[in-house]
Amino acid sequence: MPHNETDLIEVSVLPQVETHRWQLKKKLSGDSAFRGVTVLFAFSVLAILLVMVAGMCKESLPAFAKFGWKFVTGRNWDAVQGSFGALPFIWGSVISSIFALLLATPLSLGTAIFIAEIAPKKVGGVIASLVELLAAIPSVIYGLWGVLVMAPWLQRTVEPFLAEHLGNTPFFSGAPYGVSMLAAIFILMIMVVPIITSITKEIILAVPQSQKEAAIALGATRWEMIRIAVLPYGKSGILGSVILGLGRAIGETMAVTMVIGNTPQISLSLLAPGYTMPSVIANEFAEAASNLHAAALMEIGLILLVVTLVINVLARLLIWSVTRGEKEGRRI
Amino acid sequence: MTGLAWRKGKSAGMTLLMAMFTLAVLIPLVLIFVYIIKMGFSSINLDFFTQIPKPPGETGGGMANGLAGSVMLILLASLFGIPVGIFGAIYLSEYGGGRFSDLIRFSADVLSGIPSIITGMVAYTLLVVPMKGFSALAGAFALALIMIPIVLRTTEEQLKLVPGTLREASLALGVPLWRTTLKVTLRSALTGVMTGILLAIARISGETAPLLFTALGNQFWSKSLLEPIAAMPLQIFSFAISPYDDWHRLAWAGALVLVTIMFGLSLAARFFGRKRQQGN
Repeated sequence: MPHNETDLIEVSVLPQVETHRWQLKKKLSGDSAFRGVTVLFAFSVLAILLVMVAGMCKESLPAFAKFGWKFVTGRNWDAVQGSFGALPFIWGSVISSIFALLLATPLSLGTAIFIAEIAPKKVGGVIASLVELLAAIPSVIYGLWGVLVMAPWLQRTVEPFLAEHLGNTPFFSGAPYGVSMLAAIFILMIMVVPIITSITKEIILAVPQSQKEAAIALGATRWEMIRIAVLPYGKSGILGSVILGLGRAIGETMAVTMVIGNTPQISLSLLAPGYTMPSVIANEFAEAASNLHAAALMEIGLILLVVTLVINVLARLLIWSVTRGEKEGRRI
Repeated sequence: MTGLAWRKGKSAGMTLLMAMFTLAVLIPLVLIFVYIIKMGFSSINLDFFTQIPKPPGETGGGMANGLAGSVMLILLASLFGIPVGIFGAIYLSEYGGGRFSDLIRFSADVLSGIPSIITGMVAYTLLVVPMKGFSALAGAFALALIMIPIVLRTTEEQLKLVPGTLREASLALGVPLWRTTLKVTLRSALTGVMTGILLAIARISGETAPLLFTALGNQFWSKSLLEPIAAMPLQIFSFAISPYDDWHRLAWAGALVLVTIMFGLSLAARFFGRKRQQGN
């Protein structure tokens, strides 16, 4: 019988099995090495964040040691005298961002609702991709347009008009310079609108169809359907997108630097030039006059970092709470 | 009766208001595009791509060094940022799960919201200070920090779309997990991953703030990666705020080139995205 040869074959096969096991072991160690690399790279994302915060804290220590909390309330910024107070920059950042948001939020909400609920699907799609294009333009190009086209236009038309009719209030007093807080507010508004619009649009689209149909079935008009079914459902997500826009506005550097006029002063007038936290870093950090000057700029950076971190965490949590529920709901 | 008419009228009015808001949003967009195209095309010429900037006040010159510098910076940043992003994403999608992964995802999301000027400051303290000088390397590092969260999140999304049966088939054939991940999982998600990479490159190609105190900019050609290097966004910035008309002209031409490159990249990204959808 030929089958009797199996004994022989088994003997000859044995060493091969051994090598195969050895290879298997080697492959397994390849697996753990690969896993190690991926863990390391994933961890590096967290590490970058921690290093950022720690590094900024350490570098701004000299300024904090010298000025303490007075740094945030001081109004005088003088690199030659070595006197640093950040209030004009904090003021500028807060005013420009808040007003930009106040203008951008209704515009973005309206546009998002128009895209998602009102416009025919194709028209909505075209507008949505146009808005996304707007979000992709680099801020330096907004700044270029802002300083060479928008600011001169403001100086010629809008600012004289405001000064003439509202000039007796402190908010629109003074000569029209073009480069001003108003210009910064406008350019920030234009830049923040696409962010809020595109996220809000996603959130509105995530509202279950049944909710809308229920409202319509009860006899609601289109606007009532939006008001009672769509907006309440997406409330926290929409708030999240607005806060995210705020984070973007506060951190925006180039475009604002180019149109705000870079003058460290606290003025109620929107026609006066101002200064923001990112702008002063952009203008002075590379040529800091002294170590203290650099540390003071670092501290401004740290304030900016902490503010944007808080804003981002808050916004992400709000947006996650809506879109996560939607994704899980879809899976069922 | 009047109630219904009033409600219908209100609905129509609000619809009109939304349409007007949309129009108000689109007007500046159209204006910006019109200006970039109009000013850009009237300013651009062959010199733009072959010459370096002329001294202030002289006419002519181009942004050849800035264009080359930007390409260099993007390549270097990709070299560092893409592997970290992709391998990090492999961890999240293939091994991860649990709190650590959520923490990583969350830090990536938060990281992408940090103002890019802060990234520049961090790159300054980590690289420019120890190396005692502004350099292309530091600029690329700052850009890589911006790339990482984008590549990480998009790659993870794409890897998750790969069906589990594909992985199981490969593993059942005796292919080790790491080879399965690289040769089967990552490979079948490749077009989607490419989309993410292209979007990340498009994003960093316009970044200016992180380069201000890392790459610094250079009026001339740079000879090594340890020297300050010119970049298009930096040149657009300094030319736009200069008082010289001819530099304004160059800035418009630069803006046109930059926007064209970025839209080219996002078009390519969409092409890859569509290809992926068809593949499935």
